[in-house]
Amino acid sequence: MMKEVIHPMDKYLRTEIFPTAFCPGCGCGTILNLYTHAIDELGINPEEIISVTGIGCSSWIPSPYFKGDTLHTTHGRPIAFATGVKVMKPEKKVVVIAGDGDLAGIGGNHLLHASRRNIGLVVILVNNLNYGMTGGQVSPTTPCGIKTTTTPFGNSEYPIDIASVVAAAGANYVARWTTFHFYQLKECIKEALNKKGFVFIEVISQCPTSYGKMTGLRTGLDFLKKFEKLSININYVKDRFFTDIEDKIVVGKIVEREREEFVNNLKKINEEKIKSLQ
Amino acid sequence: MTDNNIRKNYLKKYSEKTFFILGDEAAGYGALYAGCNFFAGYPITPASEVAELMARELPCVNGYYVQMEDEIGSISAVIGAVWAGAKGMTATSGPGFSLMQENIGYACMTETPCVILNVQRSGPSTGQATKPAQGDMMQARWGTHGDHEIIALSPNSVQETFYLMIDAFNLSEEYRNPVIVLTDGEIGHVREKIIFPDPDKIKLKERKLAKKEEHIFGGSNIPPMSELGKGQFLHITGSTHLEDGMRDVSTQKVHDVLVRRIYSKINGNRDKIVRYESKFLEDAEILLVSYGVSSRPSLGAVLRARQDGIKIGYLRLITIWPFPDKIFREFDKSNIKKILVPEMNLGQLFREIQRFVRCDVISLSRIGGVSFSVKEIYDVIKEL
Repeated sequence: MMKEVIHPMDKYLRTEIFPTAFCPGCGCGTILNLYTHAIDELGINPEEIISVTGIGCSSWIPSPYFKGDTLHTTHGRPIAFATGVKVMKPEKKVVVIAGDGDLAGIGGNHLLHASRRNIGLVVILVNNLNYGMTGGQVSPTTPCGIKTTTTPFGNSEYPIDIASVVAAAGANYVARWTTFHFYQLKECIKEALNKKGFVFIEVISQCPTSYGKMTGLRTGLDFLKKFEKLSININYVKDRFFTDIEDKIVVGKIVEREREEFVNNLKKINEEKIKSLQ
Repeated sequence: MTDNNIRKNYLKKYSEKTFFILGDEAAGYGALYAGCNFFAGYPITPASEVAELMARELPCVNGYYVQMEDEIGSISAVIGAVWAGAKGMTATSGPGFSLMQENIGYACMTETPCVILNVQRSGPSTGQATKPAQGDMMQARWGTHGDHEIIALSPNSVQETFYLMIDAFNLSEEYRNPVIVLTDGEIGHVREKIIFPDPDKIKLKERKLAKKEEHIFGGSNIPPMSELGKGQFLHITGSTHLEDGMRDVSTQKVHDVLVRRIYSKINGNRDKIVRYESKFLEDAEILLVSYGVSSRPSLGAVLRARQDGIKIGYLRLITIWPFPDKIFREFDKSNIKKILVPEMNLGQLFREIQRFVRCDVISLSRIGGVSFSVKEIYDVIKEL
């Protein structure tokens, strides 16, 4: 009789709804794997984590697959929903995982203001450079010139360097890695989970199905090789932030600050107010 | 001290005292009396005073005010906070209310109790930003996409705004549904006398929480709720879902059962939700139906007409949605031959009434940001 094989990370997953909806070669599985490893290595009880997600493939990483509280919200709004959650549950780790369309496109304003507010969220933006779930349309992070289903003659726009924007907006911690940087990304997530204030990780990820269909990158491996070739650590670049997937990908920690966290500030006001009333 | 005790202790200072305040402020105080401890909002005339009041008062009851970057963020933060255990609300006006529609639908689909106060202003678009109107009656009902039910209440005074906010929170908890309160630029900005009650005498509907393993998205017509962060591994989604919350968007029956249940929990309890005020119905041959700001000059006109011996009745809707259809169906058996409907829009209530009665319904519509005078309505009644 064959022995049942149980993956060591299964205990963090809703395996009863497997297989996942992710396409072969997708980067979402890698990130889910790393995320559970990071939680496992830190010894965090999943009951302490509340995942909030939007609409799109990347949002499916924790919702529904991560066995914990998962609040699956509307397109672009997970950070705004998570703001309400964090204010009421500041003792929990509130994690937003969503895509570039969700967080840099339709919900870009919430990302900007949550960074400014420095609210204690861990935001993992899975940047697969296109709208994958809807079939590969151009996104705010698609490089210039790239053909997608809605830029059949090449993208006329320039991509946003979203990690740099978040760093400028005031987040306490900003880093960028790719799915090729398996170990570094896991360590980064671990560091992020223990950091106070607004924490942002951009993960450049692969989408062989949708982004690959008009760019010729047809397997996950094609992307990983490209990520390896183009990545350069932030310690070795003068222009610290600039990233363009067709040119170079600057990886590493972009910003680390120690500003007071937003909900903490609110709580202080309440404590003083209530004390003064007694 | 528990938050509830902190809140009650604080509100005691207002207990049974008389104030002279804005309708918007009364709405905020009503929310505080109802146990609201989370407000997210974005400035907009004529609703900003609600946010300003909540920013001042919420810290005193250990609640939280968050000013979001837009109205979409505001309603989102409210829903998130409610799932994290809060009693939450937001306040806005027309343009902001338009922006909130998608997530009002999310609140309906995820059965999230919350209160949305819409201090209506003259639209469409930016319209007359500071002026009153009643043009969002249908948007309150049908603004979000898909089949859903909504509860909407509309007060016509500062004191009633206070009490209807408490009602709104209670109804939202009772039916696990968003509740919309429709005031307008005039009721929101008018200053009137208000007497605050003793907070101990206010009955609050507390959230029914599920026991472990109990389904929170089915199993009964109004399932118990739960809270994030309690180790129950909730899955909450605006996608079609099973009774345990897990997504199933491909089975016809799952969607049918879910959406019909959400629909029926409001529709099937119309009689309990419907509130109205009526006068002189016994001998009425003409009926005036109004609500909110328009009902005030309407009542004045009815009183004058009755002094002239005109047999006119007065009906003021307090619950706008679900629509009080039953009372209108009964008018067919009465002596009422004409119904006059003054309202500050181009006939939204008028058309709804037409659906339920056989007699003549006459629209007295007014737009442009100036409310009716008693004389204007009285003159129309005289001509009927």
